[in-house]
Amino acid sequence: MTSTVTNRLRKKVSVATVELSFSALPAHVRTARLVAAAVARRSGVDEAVLDEVRLAVGEACSRAVHLHRRHCPERPVQVTLIDDAEAFRVIVTDEAPSTDAVDSLDGAGLDDLARSDDLDLDTVPPGVGLAVITSLVDDVSVEVADRPDGNGLVVRMSWPTSA
Amino acid sequence: MDLSLSTRTEGDRTIVEVGGEIDVYTAPRLREQLVDLVADGKYHLVVDMERVDFLDSTGLGVLVGGLKRVRAHDGSLRLVCTQERILKIFRITGLTKVFPIHSSVEEAVSATE
Repeated sequence: MTSTVTNRLRKKVSVATVELSFSALPAHVRTARLVAAAVARRSGVDEAVLDEVRLAVGEACSRAVHLHRRHCPERPVQVTLIDDAEAFRVIVTDEAPSTDAVDSLDGAGLDDLARSDDLDLDTVPPGVGLAVITSLVDDVSVEVADRPDGNGLVVRMSWPTSA
Repeated sequence: MDLSLSTRTEGDRTIVEVGGEIDVYTAPRLREQLVDLVADGKYHLVVDMERVDFLDSTGLGVLVGGLKRVRAHDGSLRLVCTQERILKIFRITGLTKVFPIHSSVEEAVSATE
């Protein structure tokens, strides 16, 4: 009996609140930001932190859209928003081959790029988006997705919620 | 909120007033504006970001691109921004060392160094 209750509770806290699957179009990144901020607010994330949620989710989705458009434009980007008992969690999953995951760990800044003579730089390298996320969010992990082709990254972020 | 752009001239400075959200969707319009100004011989730009609600690394990339374009003509690109949430992303990416950031358009227009 006790275990049934525990299982039920566990099931309840691990349920995804909102799942988004969107075509890899830049316009939809804004939608993902808005939905994430709305769910975060409802989950009890501090108002002062919502800008951080918006920026981090936007960066993760922009990166995914950028890579999907280059490698697999027909595939959607997945965003899972979870409100559990302790935190608001965001999982952004893409399916594109990536080389930026390792670069981001250096916290690559844009200042070196700005000083270089490369005039073509209008779009920042995808690694900068991940660098922004890792600098911004305290609880973040970036893993290779569990896919047969070895492509895709899973970016997990979470923010504490007030009780 | 979508992106809004307007430009005006003060002496040899061109002020670009930006409002709304600069992200992966809207940044190409800002890039186009900066490219057009440089093509038109405007090499001293002041980008007023006081009405920007959101800025991500895509937008930063466009500003960096603009900076490089004006520098190729010995020009300048100054930013006006006092909003903490926007300044934060300049700090995270190290761009506070690259862009002169002013607290008012007047200050940016009269700046020489």
